[in-house]
Amino acid sequence: MNKHYATRIGIIIFFIGLLLVPAGLRQIEAFRSAEVFEDMEQAIERYGFYLEDVTQVSGVNFIHQRPTLDPQLNHILPQISSVGASVAVADFNKNGLHDFYLTNSRFGAPNALYVNQGEGRFTDMAAELGVAGVNTEKTGVSMGSVWGDFNNNGYEDLLIYRWGYLALFENNQGEGFTDVTLASGLKDAGWMNANTAVWLDYNGNGYLDLFVGGYFHEDVNFWNLENTMIMPDSYEYATNGGRNYLFENQGDGTFKDVSEQLGLLETRRWTLAAAAGDLNGSGYPDLVLANDYGVDELFLNQNGTGFRNAGESAGMGFVPKSGMSVAFADVLNQGNLAIYVTNISEAGVLMQGNNLWVPSRRSTGDRLRFRNLAGNMGVEIGEWGYGGQFIDFNNNGFADLYVANGYVSDEPDTDYWYDYAKVVGGNRNVIMDARNWPAMQGRTFSGYQNNKIWMNDGAGRFREVAAAVGGLLNLDSRSVAYADLYGNGALDLIVANQNGPVKVYKNHVNPAHNWVAFSLEGVISNKSAIGAQITLFWDESRHVKTIHAGDAFSSQSQRPLHFGIGLSEDIIRAEIRWPSGIIQTIDAPEINRLHRITEPSES
Amino acid sequence: MSKTATLKKPAFEFPKAYIGPLLISGILLAAHLSFGILDSYWKLATAIGVSFLTEAVLYYLMFGKTRNMASAYVSGISAGILVRSPMVWPFALCAMISIASKYVLRYKGRHIWNPTNFGVVMIILLASDSAAVLSIQWGSNMWAMLVIWLVGLVTLWKIKRFHITFVYIISFLIFGWFRSLYTGDAFLAEIAPMTGPMYQLFVLFMMTDPKTTLSTRNGRMLVAFLIALVEFFFRLNEAVYAPFYALFIVGPIALIVEDWWRNGFSFKTTEKEKRDEFPSPKAGFFRNAAR
Repeated sequence: MNKHYATRIGIIIFFIGLLLVPAGLRQIEAFRSAEVFEDMEQAIERYGFYLEDVTQVSGVNFIHQRPTLDPQLNHILPQISSVGASVAVADFNKNGLHDFYLTNSRFGAPNALYVNQGEGRFTDMAAELGVAGVNTEKTGVSMGSVWGDFNNNGYEDLLIYRWGYLALFENNQGEGFTDVTLASGLKDAGWMNANTAVWLDYNGNGYLDLFVGGYFHEDVNFWNLENTMIMPDSYEYATNGGRNYLFENQGDGTFKDVSEQLGLLETRRWTLAAAAGDLNGSGYPDLVLANDYGVDELFLNQNGTGFRNAGESAGMGFVPKSGMSVAFADVLNQGNLAIYVTNISEAGVLMQGNNLWVPSRRSTGDRLRFRNLAGNMGVEIGEWGYGGQFIDFNNNGFADLYVANGYVSDEPDTDYWYDYAKVVGGNRNVIMDARNWPAMQGRTFSGYQNNKIWMNDGAGRFREVAAAVGGLLNLDSRSVAYADLYGNGALDLIVANQNGPVKVYKNHVNPAHNWVAFSLEGVISNKSAIGAQITLFWDESRHVKTIHAGDAFSSQSQRPLHFGIGLSEDIIRAEIRWPSGIIQTIDAPEINRLHRITEPSES
Repeated sequence: MSKTATLKKPAFEFPKAYIGPLLISGILLAAHLSFGILDSYWKLATAIGVSFLTEAVLYYLMFGKTRNMASAYVSGISAGILVRSPMVWPFALCAMISIASKYVLRYKGRHIWNPTNFGVVMIILLASDSAAVLSIQWGSNMWAMLVIWLVGLVTLWKIKRFHITFVYIISFLIFGWFRSLYTGDAFLAEIAPMTGPMYQLFVLFMMTDPKTTLSTRNGRMLVAFLIALVEFFFRLNEAVYAPFYALFIVGPIALIVEDWWRNGFSFKTTEKEKRDEFPSPKAGFFRNAAR
């Protein structure tokens, strides 16, 4: 054969090979995730856990209702009113069982407080306890809630954030709630369109302060629009979002807005989620914000005197995406917290990928540096992500990951993406005006997407196993919280779904896997011990966890810190760093039980 | 003394081959410094590097010599800007497919697809679960957009390609109005994509590529109109990347039809075209390898 023709044939084969690369990669991925088990025992044997949908038998029949808005927005109502389903866990009556609060988002539709009756049975007692009817034309509709003992009386109080006014309910020793919004001064913050809130003691004075993140601009009242210029002014560089707030607890039951003096009003991003935790070992909680239409933000706490925006210097603040959720976990069991932020990935249209910000080797307390290792670790491509929550499902000592997906599920086999892509490619003058947005007309928009369960293999890779462990769910999931609802040492799951039913999953864990949990109560620190960190040492492993009051997307999980230790039967020690700075060491804590620890007066 | 004045040749004339690379680099630089539009330098460098490598290797194999890398640079940087993926491999793959297409998909000694257009369409069709194409604004500043358009259009005017873009834009606006009537969506929504960077790159670079456009001015204007027309139908069928598909279909057909027309309605290949299509083995890799 003529050598020249041979060259050409070689080039053609090379070219065809290039075209086959994507299909080849898909085949490899399909082969990897083909494992599906027919029964629970097989799944537990293989993965160490299985999720059983117990919603019906648990007595939880809550269905979230999305809001109806100003008629000028009817044509795009499903995408505007796409948030508001949330879940927050607390043992509000101190009976040792985890209860949970669910939000609703339509005028007149009640929120629910499911009180744990034991043995997996729940009763909605929100109306009796005075926290049901909070969605009204005067006050706005609920977007989420967080529990925190703001007055240090030992009982978790309830903060509800709304597209409307904040609401603070003081817990009357587990017997009911009193609306103290007006007396606390939080009503003075005025109308806002908040989609996230976290309790944190930013200045370490022993009282819980409150961060609230705004999404739509606070001038927007969705039921009485002045005009339709309410949409983001850019899809990835938006500068017209709602403002953020930091309310400082004055210690007398009132709060003072200190956002400006603390440096939290530099930007006007569309904040959808926030989480607080000490990322640089300063002893003070830092703030990470997931912003829709923009970059993630990291606000480093300056020893309780203010916050410094360090997103760019830490490597997080460059690539704008659609941040929806923030959660922290020690994913590599190295004693460092990584940050997971969900974004949007829609095949063929928008491939942002989720972010897993892992501290780099050069990272120090003085100069934090993160690398996005979501791709390397296999947790990058979700879909239209919302809550991304770290949970050690199988008690093997490694943080697994649950990611809620799905935006608007409407008529099957329809799609709004074309119209959406058409508009978001436009200039600000086009996209800001809601009137320019094509009508959705009942079309699905990244709907019917399955949630992901990524199992951490402990060697730096995650593997998607939702179908294999009974976790397939394709509702428009938003908020994900975990709690040991049965008190058996397994972290169960609650998933709040937009415009749909809440789902409760009982987690069946391999009984050979051991665990330990710690319930902390502050004395010098805030009573809820929010911000406390525990590092657990066992075998050759260690794992650090922080007590949060609000994380992921509109979620709050159980207060006690739960550690799986796999097949190990001994724990070396648990080191507790209280928000006050006191370090407490507990040697060889007994396994498979919850330890109740009260803060000592000194190290 | 003669009164006839002769025009003095400028001391420095910028080679036309480098105008495209310079313009696209300028746009990228301005956009990145303003908004940080690049996901990472690494992905862009990968696209450009792979583009260079593929071009160098394939050209050497085919023709036995090295070549100017201006074209490979434009293909690489375009892949780096247009492909959006959290992974690196789609950038490399798009660049490789773009370049390789020039050596495989040839008609009478010339490639008939704009390389980047081909690469991007292949990525959309074959790897949509891993990559997408730039379809959003780089920022919300109207002035930045206008400056890019202005610089781009002036450059096209200088290199005598403005008419292509002009006809396409006018056609797009007219078809946008018809779409608006048909769909009931706002006219502004229909023409909104034109204000975004995807269209800037498409209109300023991809459509005007001298290698894959017709030889006559009228022909190029007709093709620009036809691209807008085909895009109109793709848009009615809700294809997000309608302009890429339209150019992908119309571009090669137009070149083949023009050739057929110029050859007296004949598809017959001339001797010169045969030589171009199948360059002598003596000029290729094996000649040099045998030395």
